[in-house]
Order: sequence, then C-alpha cells, then structure tokens
Amino acid sequence: MEKMQVLVVDDEEDVRPLFEQRFRREIRAGELQFTFALSGEEALDYLHQHPQEVVLILSDINMPGMSGLELLRRIRQEYASVPPAIMMITAYSDEENYQQAMQYGANDFLTKPVDFGYLKQKLKEIRV
Amino acid sequence: MSAILFELTMSVGLFLISLFLVLRLRKIQLTLHGPSKWTQSLSWVSYAVIGLMLVELLVEQGRAIPWLWYGFLLLLLGLVYGRQEFAPARPAIWAVLPLVLVSLLGDFLALLQPDLYVAWKMNLEMAQGFAVVWLIGMAVLLNRQHKALEKERVARRQEEEQQRALTQRKAELEEEVAERTRQLTRQKEELQQALAELKATQTQLVQLEKLASLGELTAGIAHEIQNPLNFVNNFSEVSGELLVELQEEMQNGQPLPVLVSDLLTDLAQNLQKIQQHGRRADGIVKNMLQHSRSNAGEKQPTDLNALADEYLHLAYHGLRARDNSFNSTLTTHLDPSLPKVAVIPQDLGRVLLNLFNNAFYATREKQKTAGPDFRPEVKVSTCHKNGMVEVRVRDNGNGIPQPVREKMFQPFYTTKPAGQGTGLGLSLTYDIITKGHSGEVEVDTREGEYAEFLVRLPVYE
Repeated sequence: MEKMQVLVVDDEEDVRPLFEQRFRREIRAGELQFTFALSGEEALDYLHQHPQEVVLILSDINMPGMSGLELLRRIRQEYASVPPAIMMITAYSDEENYQQAMQYGANDFLTKPVDFGYLKQKLKEIRV
Repeated sequence: MSAILFELTMSVGLFLISLFLVLRLRKIQLTLHGPSKWTQSLSWVSYAVIGLMLVELLVEQGRAIPWLWYGFLLLLLGLVYGRQEFAPARPAIWAVLPLVLVSLLGDFLALLQPDLYVAWKMNLEMAQGFAVVWLIGMAVLLNRQHKALEKERVARRQEEEQQRALTQRKAELEEEVAERTRQLTRQKEELQQALAELKATQTQLVQLEKLASLGELTAGIAHEIQNPLNFVNNFSEVSGELLVELQEEMQNGQPLPVLVSDLLTDLAQNLQKIQQHGRRADGIVKNMLQHSRSNAGEKQPTDLNALADEYLHLAYHGLRARDNSFNSTLTTHLDPSLPKVAVIPQDLGRVLLNLFNNAFYATREKQKTAGPDFRPEVKVSTCHKNGMVEVRVRDNGNGIPQPVREKMFQPFYTTKPAGQGTGLGLSLTYDIITKGHSGEVEVDTREGEYAEFLVRLPVYE
C-alpha cells in the first residue's frame, strides 16, 4: 500500500505534534506521511516543489496572509479535481464560510475541535 | 321815616345774615354727613326764619323782633363754636360779627340811653358802614379762599387720580415683568434640561463606543481562546491514548525501551503544551477582564510590544469574525529592546485597537475597488527614540484626504456610513494619549497610498 501524502496547513505550530501523535500508528505503519506548512504561501511552494505527490490537503481557514479559502481557490485553479482532495478545518462554522468553501471546490468542511475519528474514517475512504 | 327804613334795613340785614348762616350750617351738614335729621331740622329753621321776616314786614312796629334775631344769632354762634362739625362756618361768623355787634350796640343804646344813641348816631352809622365794608371784604376774601380751596381740592383730586393711574400702570408693568421673568425662567430651565440631556447622551455614546469596542473584542477573543482550549483538550486526549499504549507495552512480556522512552517523551511534551496553552487562554481572559473594568485605572509599566501584538491579533480576528472575506497581511517590526512605558493597559489597548481597526477598515475599503493585485497590509512598528517610545501603525489603504484630516480627531466625526461608527474612536485615542498619558499623536498620509499613525509615549523611568 502506498504511503498517503498529507499536507496540513495551519499557522499554529502545535498542530504538528498533535497530528503526529494522533496518527502515530498510521505513521509507524507507513500508511500516512504528513507535511506541515505554516502559511498558504508555504503550502503552495511545497505543492509546486513536489508535484503530484500530495493526495490530501487539510487546511485551516483563518490564517494571517493568505487565507485558507484563498489557498483552496488557487489550488483548484491548478488542480480542478481530486487529487488532491482538500478539506477545510476551521473554528468558524458559519454558513457563509461553508458555502464559499464548497463553491471553491472543497471536498469537506470540518470544524474545530477536530474529530479525529471522523478524520481517520475519511482518510480511509480516500485511500480507497 | 328814615328811622323806620333804617330799622327795617337792619332787620332785613339781620334776617339775611341769619338765613345765610342757617343755610351755611345746613350745607356743611349736608356735605359732611349727607341728609340727616340735622339737615332736616335746619331746613325747618330756615323756613321759620323766612316766616319770621315776613311777619316782621307785615307787622310794622316789632321792636322786639331785632332782639329775636340777636338771640337767634347768639344761638347760632353757640352752635358754631360749640360743635366741632360746624367749625367751617366760623369764618362766616367773623365776617358778620362786626355788623351784628354794631347794630346790637346801636339797639342797646337806642333802648337804654337814647341820648347817647342820638349823640353817637353818626359814629354808629360810620361803624356800621365799616362793618358792612368788612362784611363785603370778608365775603370776597372768603369766597376767594373758598375758590382757592376748591381749586386746590380739584387739583389734589386730579393729582390723586394721576397717582392712582400711575400706581395702576406700575402694577401692570410689574405684572408684565413678572410674567416675562417667568417665561425666561421657564426657557432657562428648559435649556438647562436640554443641556443636561445632551451631556447624558454624550456620556452614553462614549460608553457605547467603549462597549462597541468591547463587543469587537469579544469575537476576536472567542477565537483566540478557542485555539488554546482546543490544544488543551486534544493534547489531553492524545496523552490518554499514549498512556494506554504505554500501559499495553508495559504489560506485554518485553517492553521496547525505545518505544517506552518515546512515549514518555511525548507525554512529557504534551503536558508542557497543555500548560502552555492553558496559560495562553488564561492570559487572554485576564486581558478581557481588564478591558471591561471601569476606566479609573492606574498606570503600570507595560511592554508595548506585547500589547501591540496581542491587540493586533484581537483586532484582526474580530474583523474576520464579522467579514470572513477580509484578510490582510500583518507585519510587525517590534524593537526587542523597547523600554516599558507607564500606561493604563486597558486604555492603551483601546487606543491600539482603534488604530488597528481603522487601518484594517482602510485596507478593506481599498480592497473593494482596487483589483486582485492589491495586497492589503497593516504594519506595526515600535522603536525607542529621543527618550520616547514610538508606535507606528501603517496601512496601505486609501489614505486620508485633507478635509478629513482636519476633523478626524473631533468627537462624533466619522467617515463610515451611518450606524457603523460612533465617530469617537480617534477622539478617545487622542484624549487618552495626550491628556491621559502626556503623549503625542501624529498622522502621516498620502491619499490613495497609505496612512500612518504615530503615537509617542514617555518612557517609564
């Protein structure tokens, strides 16, 4: 089974140890590999440097500089369809944010605090 | 014959005198008391007098009649001098008295000493003449006196009338003045009340502005707290999972030391992170409480860098919460060696919040019309210069036109559409910095390009 490359975009640094611990089994088993970007710009750079590698992008919406929705829009300009799948993770669960995300082509919309069980399920689905 | 004529003349004279006096007395009574029994009696007496005269004319030889007259006159004299009310008749008595006395004397002599009478007849007649002259003179004098009195009385009455009219007019005027004064007092009270209401309204508006800025903070704060809280929860949960794993590992026969060591390291780290994020949330709450507390704060030595950073993020997230299509680059150039300043933290926080909000608003407005290449940016920089701490807030929005520049620090002046701004932000900012903290506020701007607000504060010694 191929390693699934996941790019996580969030301006909070502690997201990294959290994901790495939450998915330690999967990481150890070689099922998942995570990369972390602290801004939309960083994420785009990584995508350009490693084309076709990333299968899933998990992005926060509220970030200084380029917002998650802006990032979503730009990625969808280049890759109109999956891969990569893009899921927005955000504290703001209002209808407007949701509509915009869907409009720009997000595959899912999760609210913080993240339900990691649900996320793991989703990852399994994508894998398949 | 002449004697009889003479005597007749005397009688007629006496009659006239008597009649005159009686009528005078009656008149006096009339003016003083109106019709009364006196006036009635005096009327009868006057008729009697006339009657007596007629009798004397018919009966020629009535030598006793003059004596009746004398007696009558004596009575009258007594009346006039006896009763105070007849006092006005006294001058009349004086007028007739010489004539009466002379004729009385003549009659006495004629009766008792006829020879003497004849001898003195010429003198008596002369005396009589004088008495008549005296009578006429007195009459004229009295008349004139009376006329003068009357005139005086009329004049006095007129004067009284005038006086009354004046007094009345004065009373009317005073009434008008009083009415006017009442009106003015009422107006004054109404104006005072309006002024008091305006002041109360102004206070309310200032309070609203403070509440509004607090409301803006709340959204930002909610977001700010959510993040650390999420980490606390997540790291707690995942630590639980790690512990389960550790327990499982310890329970199997041969626990891998590397794995155990890794798990323990992670657990230790997680606890640290939980503490960190917990404290972060705590700090935010404390700040929020400080901000909502009343204004009478004390100056405390404060790190402006930390304050600026915190409020920058609060402002940013607050605005994003309301308008999620809004974003902006936040750039900070904070001098790490910045000395502390003695400020009331919540006041300065309000100032910074106001400046940041204005900056974000400016970039937002420009973003609406500027096209996709426009990158909104708000820059905050701090430095230590000339004994003062300087904070600069710069935005690349549309800048501030000159007419707005002149008015923007005035209370209630705003360029935002109705209902969106109280117009008190910059006014409060200016007051807090210049009056509350002996600082300075400056503006540098170019229309269409940028606006930069500079706040200078004295260093805390």
